[in-house]
Amino acid sequence: MVIPLKYNVRNLLVRRTTTLMTALSITLTVAVFVVLMALAGGLQSSLTATGNPLNIMIMREGSQSESVSFVSRDTLQVIKYLDGIAKDAQGNPWVSPELIVLINRPRRGQSQGANLTIRGVTAEAASLRPDFRIVTGRMFRPGLREVIVSRRISDRFQDCSLGDKLRFAKGYWTVVGIFEAGDSAYNSEIWGDINDLGQDFDRPDYSDVILRAADAGALARLTDQIANDRRLHLKAVTERQYYATQTATAAPIKIFGIFIAVLMAVGASFAAMNTMYAAVARRTREIGTLRAMGFSRGSILLSFVLESVFIALLGGLIGCLLALPVNRITTGTTNFVTFSELTFNFRVTPELVAAGLAFAGIMGLLGGFFPAWRASHENIVTALRST
Amino acid sequence: MMGKPVIEIRNLSKIFRRDSFEVVALENANLTVEAGEFLCLMGPSGSGKTTLLNIIAGIDRPTSGELRVLGEDVARLDEDRLAAWRNAHIGFVFQTFNLIPVLTAYENVELPLLLTRLSAAERQKHVLAALELVGLADRIRHYPRQLSGGQEQRVAIARAIVSDPTLLVADEPTGDLDAHSAEEILDILSRLNREFKKTIVMVTHDPRAAHYATVTRHLEKGQLLPLEPESRQVAER
Repeated sequence: MVIPLKYNVRNLLVRRTTTLMTALSITLTVAVFVVLMALAGGLQSSLTATGNPLNIMIMREGSQSESVSFVSRDTLQVIKYLDGIAKDAQGNPWVSPELIVLINRPRRGQSQGANLTIRGVTAEAASLRPDFRIVTGRMFRPGLREVIVSRRISDRFQDCSLGDKLRFAKGYWTVVGIFEAGDSAYNSEIWGDINDLGQDFDRPDYSDVILRAADAGALARLTDQIANDRRLHLKAVTERQYYATQTATAAPIKIFGIFIAVLMAVGASFAAMNTMYAAVARRTREIGTLRAMGFSRGSILLSFVLESVFIALLGGLIGCLLALPVNRITTGTTNFVTFSELTFNFRVTPELVAAGLAFAGIMGLLGGFFPAWRASHENIVTALRST
Repeated sequence: MMGKPVIEIRNLSKIFRRDSFEVVALENANLTVEAGEFLCLMGPSGSGKTTLLNIIAGIDRPTSGELRVLGEDVARLDEDRLAAWRNAHIGFVFQTFNLIPVLTAYENVELPLLLTRLSAAERQKHVLAALELVGLADRIRHYPRQLSGGQEQRVAIARAIVSDPTLLVADEPTGDLDAHSAEEILDILSRLNREFKKTIVMVTHDPRAAHYATVTRHLEKGQLLPLEPESRQVAER
């Protein structure tokens, strides 16, 4: 049997101010950790959640992103009739040529701008993205200089609301619809008719071609066939792979987050350690008495470590609660692969909360161990004599 | 009242080393305590009486000499076995009571039983019996700060006897109490000795305490003085 937990809990209640102050230092550390990881996690998931597993992106050999790739109109005709491509509702090959251009637009309330991705598409594009849906307004119509804007971009950038006139390339474009695309990277784009945009930007070719493979086997064959066809000089990657490789964008945030959290954790651990040393000093005679009664060194050690972990978990829990409101808040950053704005939501997942609590627990362990060790190795006679 | 020896001490010494000089706390002590005795150790401060008590109780170790308590060579037990031995055989009563302030009287008394295999129901029976014996059955939910000094010491005695140890050690149990409370405590200890056959070793300054003991031994400067023939007595009360 060990020293009952109520002994620790009541001691913490007796010293409630100290307990709370110590817990607070851990609260702040855990809150910062959770917020930064929610940021990195949201960014990562917006990229990894993009794409249907059977979608293949065909780009020029050697290009790292859609924006630097090009595929000629002739090549599209070759691709269209490859074997293994799924058929769309009309029975045609399910293929979507797309054009990517970047424009610089100011954010709302700022004069400073950021690069926005404009995607020129045909009617097929939307059907290839299962999460795509128009939330207000309607789809653009070809030939009328109309665009649709993702809701997150619309919320964050000037002249991007429904009905606004957006000026880029050779004139004004009317925003006729606002769309959403699940949690994917398409949430950071503006879409318009591929031919209208091609004319305005003097881009007769396409950037890339997206197609849907009939099944997993066809997907593998198509990827091989395209990569090995020396006439085409193209490469084929699955849409998922393409976006997953861009998650490198999240790495600096993650590293920064862990760095800051570890720095703060060192401080918080020392706070816990200080508190626990004080607790041990105050209760030296009690410890001597417990030892005399026959409680082992191990049970004293465990008791004080648990007390410290308890404070830390309390702090961690408050920290997670403080961090919770950032969940689903939208923010944006520059995608370092495409050099364009990427918007995403903070994601506070149950796993992240668990990680935050575990992190708090570790701080409690580290802070509590040495004071507890001292408590358990106090000489009984000396401890009994202390006041 | 004579039984087999509970404590046998031969040539026991304890030397504290502080920096470069040595303090002899106890020198060549020889002592035998029979089962059922109530031994009172007296002497001025620094005479080594508490050191002797601590060594007997297994919370301090001798520098040299032989020591058997309840047949066990306690100086040779390792830390964990010694702790288990204390829990099973020794009840402690301290001058400053040493109750845990955040635990109630009941919970304080229950503490030593948490180290045994007793079920919660059995523990409750023992705790209530021990508190009954010291006359505090109506104070079980009180915290130490809600009790008087005398009551606190009675709770401490209940805690010392709850696991039914053979040997009770008491270090100045009346030192922090008024005369009336002190008498109560000595009465209880004496009763435990007479009715429950507990062997008791008590360190005290209090000359009245000696009346309750069956044997009184004096210490001076680390020397256990020889037993005076008339000092072994059966307490009158």
